[in-house]
Amino acid sequence: MIFLKLFYAFFKIGLFGFGGGYAMISMIQDEVVSKHHWLTSSEFTDIVAISQVTPGAIGINTATYVGFSSISEAGYSSVFCLLGSLLATFAVVLPSFILMIIISRFFLQYSKKQAVADIFSVLRPAVIGLIAAASLTLMNTENFGSLQNAPQQFYISSGIFVAVFISAWKYRISPILLTFLAGIIGLIVY
Amino acid sequence: MENNNNIAHSASYWQLFATFFKIGLFTIGGGYAMIPLIEEEIIERHKWIGKEDFLDLMAIAQSVPGIFAINISIFIGYRLRKKRGATASMLGCVAPSVIIILAIAFFFKHFKDYPIVERIFKGIRPAVVALIAAPVFRMASTAKVGWYNAWIPVTAALLIWLCGVSPIYIIIIAATGGYLYGKHKRKV
Repeated sequence: MIFLKLFYAFFKIGLFGFGGGYAMISMIQDEVVSKHHWLTSSEFTDIVAISQVTPGAIGINTATYVGFSSISEAGYSSVFCLLGSLLATFAVVLPSFILMIIISRFFLQYSKKQAVADIFSVLRPAVIGLIAAASLTLMNTENFGSLQNAPQQFYISSGIFVAVFISAWKYRISPILLTFLAGIIGLIVY
Repeated sequence: MENNNNIAHSASYWQLFATFFKIGLFTIGGGYAMIPLIEEEIIERHKWIGKEDFLDLMAIAQSVPGIFAINISIFIGYRLRKKRGATASMLGCVAPSVIIILAIAFFFKHFKDYPIVERIFKGIRPAVVALIAAPVFRMASTAKVGWYNAWIPVTAALLIWLCGVSPIYIIIIAATGGYLYGKHKRKV
């Protein structure tokens, strides 16, 4: 039952999505690409790209998109696709809704609990690892081309990667601008 | 909780929806780019929360799973108008991205068949990978990663990347490990 699977997958993503958008990418990729094959690796990268240049968090954007496309792929009509995307979006925010309401009842006490500080002393570094894993997993031939079969694309991709990495890391240039520039480069060179 | 009498104690559902719709609409590129906008809207303009409480709220919204802006919207909505208020703010925050992505999903299938779109995305894909890689190093210092605990992110990344371990297990193990380690440390 694809609707149940969709709900369960995105509920898990919402429930374990610690550390914001980039950390969530690794979780989404695991469910959506590796486990359920709702998207290919390059389709997934495209959605991340679209998320960079459109409003909204990546978790919401992917839920809405995958909810739509996975149902469409399964051969349902547009009405069901719409339903699928609303269901997946609902599933990804539901854990936040429950947890935030519980927490707002105990507001200030929560963040000052020693146990919470202990948990985050290890969880925070681990989340950095999650983000690193997301980018390592996406460094594949689908996104970069391969040295044997598409050497031209491979060299251009590697150049874009290095340039964007340095601009974002050292010079803090906006991701929106960098995504647009990379698109223009693609348009010119390919 | 707060002595400040300027704090508003109520808001209409529509006000909550509209304010968070605006915040959702301008959250482009994800991340924390929208913090100044949230501050302006909910502290300065509507006075739904004080500055001090906002800092605590940020810490909490970051440490609860889920999407940062959504977590904030739920909290503020709940504080002012209980569950219905939380629902109104959350829907406002989610609506802009849902509408835009649905429009893209409707058209992207055909839209993607154009060679020109494929050329653009061929350039964008490696850039996206770099944009995900960049915050790893920047966030490492915020998360207090040093030589003594660098093994944590490195092991986590390798387990996921090379062994295909689900990130969910990494989260569970890290949280349990941190809790037990802290307990043990205080006992000694």
